Amino acid sequence: MQAETNQETDVANKDMADDVGFEPNSTSGTIIIALVLCLVCSLVVSTAAVALRPMQDQNRENKKRRNVLISAGIWDKAVHTDGNIEELFKNVETILVNLPSPNQDDPQAGTINEQLNVASYNQRKASKDPEQNMSILAKDDVAGIKRREKVSAVYLVKDDKGALKTIVLPVYGKGLWSTLYGFLALEADTRTVAGITFYEHAETPGLGGEVDNPKWKAQWPETVAVDENGAPVLTVTKPGIANADNEINGISGATITSNGVQNTIEYWLGLDGFGPFLERVRNGELSAKN
Amino acid sequence: MAKTKDVLVDPIFKNNPITLQVLGICSSLAVTTQLDKAIVMALAVTIVTAFSNMVISLIRDFIPSSIRIIVMMTVISSLVILVDQLLKAYVPTVADQLSVFVGLIITNCIVMGRAEAFASKNTPVQSFLDGIGNGVGYSLILLVIGFFRELLGSGTLLGYEVLKLSTEGGWYVRNGLMLTPPSAFFLIGLLIWAIRTYDPAQYKRDQTA
Repeated sequence: MQAETNQETDVANKDMADDVGFEPNSTSGTIIIALVLCLVCSLVVSTAAVALRPMQDQNRENKKRRNVLISAGIWDKAVHTDGNIEELFKNVETILVNLPSPNQDDPQAGTINEQLNVASYNQRKASKDPEQNMSILAKDDVAGIKRREKVSAVYLVKDDKGALKTIVLPVYGKGLWSTLYGFLALEADTRTVAGITFYEHAETPGLGGEVDNPKWKAQWPETVAVDENGAPVLTVTKPGIANADNEINGISGATITSNGVQNTIEYWLGLDGFGPFLERVRNGELSAKN
Repeated sequence: MAKTKDVLVDPIFKNNPITLQVLGICSSLAVTTQLDKAIVMALAVTIVTAFSNMVISLIRDFIPSSIRIIVMMTVISSLVILVDQLLKAYVPTVADQLSVFVGLIITNCIVMGRAEAFASKNTPVQSFLDGIGNGVGYSLILLVIGFFRELLGSGTLLGYEVLKLSTEGGWYVRNGLMLTPPSAFFLIGLLIWAIRTYDPAQYKRDQTA
C-alpha cells in the first residue's frame, strides 16, 4: 500500500533534475553535488558554532563558578540556580597567584600577580601554552600532569564583613583514565579542608566516577590537609579504614582514582603548587595587602 | 490524506522502529537510566530524523546514486552537530550528561534507515511526517524504558523522589540492575512480547516475510 504511494509521488517528482537539464549520475554531476553539499553543510555547521560560542562560553564559566561555590560549601542545590551565581560571587574575590618555578628559591613564588588581568586570564589555555606554562621536574610531578601554568587563579570567599572565610584552589591531576579537574576549598587557617569538588573527569561511572558523588565528598570538610610545618598530610586510605583527622576513605573499586585524588592534593598543596602561597597567607601577607 | 496520516501514525505502534524493526537499540540502552536524559535524547532524535528526511527528500533527484549514502551521512551529521551545539548552548547540564550520545545519533540506524528507505523516494512533506512518526515511535519506547529504569533503579522520576530508598531511611531497596545497560534489554524484550501478544500480526508478518 505504501509502495503504491511511493510510486505515484515518484512519477510526479522524478523529473525535477531533468527539468533543469542536470545529470547527477555523470562524473561531473557527482563531483559538483559533492562539492555543493560539503560547502552548504560546512557553512551551516560553522555558522552554528560561531553564533552559539558566546553562550557556550558563558555556560562553561558558570559551571566553573558554580563549582567554586560548591567546593566552598555555599551552593545549595535545592535553592540556587545559575541566576544566583552573579549574586553569590559578590563575596568572592578572584586573585592571580604566581606559582613557584622549579628553582625553589624563587622570590616571586606565591605572590599575587598584578600584571595579568584577572577577568581575561584563561587558565586552561595557559596550562597548555608553552609561553605560559612550565614543565614540572619528574621528582615533583606526583599528580602526573607533566606541565602546568605559571600563574593560577585563586578564589577568596569572604564573609559579610569582608573577612577571609575560605580559599578555593583549582587543582587537577591524573586519575585512572583521565585528568580530574576540581576545586579544593580550605578554611582561612589554610590547613583544614572546607570542601572539594571535581567538575570534569572521565573516570568509570559508578566506580572512579564516584569522586563527584556528594556522599563521598561529604567526608572532606574538617579534614586536616596541611600540618603545622606547611607540609601536605592528607591521605586517601583504602575504603572504610580512615580514622585519623587527616584521612579520607577511598572509593571502593577505584584505587587508582583514589590515589590520583591524593596525589593531586599532595602536589597542589606542596612546595611546587600552592604551598608558598599558603605560607604567605599564614604569615598574614594577604591581609597586609588589603 | 488518509495515507499521509498512516505515514505519521504507523511507526508509533504498528511499525515501531525499536520493537518491530529492532533498530536504534544501542542508544535506547545508553540514555535511559534517567527519564530526563531519555526525553532530551528522544526529542533530539525526532528532530534529526524529521529534518534529515525532509532535506534528503528535497534533494533526492539530485543525489548521485553512487555516493548517496555519503550524501545522507553528511546531511545527518550536519544536523546532529547543529543539535549538539544548540543543546550545549541552551541546556548545558543535560548536554553534559548526554555527552557523547548526542554525537552518536549520527550512527542511529533509524535516522539512516528512514533516509534510505523512505525519504529518497517520497515527497518532502511526507518524509518529514515519516521522520516525526518514527521519532515519536522511538521516543515512546525510550520514555517507557526510562520511566521503569529510573523508578526501579533510583526510586525517582525526573529527579523527584517517588520511592523512598532504604539507603536514605525508606523502605525501597533499589534494583541496581536497572542502572546497568542489560536491564534495558530485558525491558525491550518484555515490551516486544507485550506488543506482539496484543497485535499478533506483527510476528506473523515476520514469519511470512
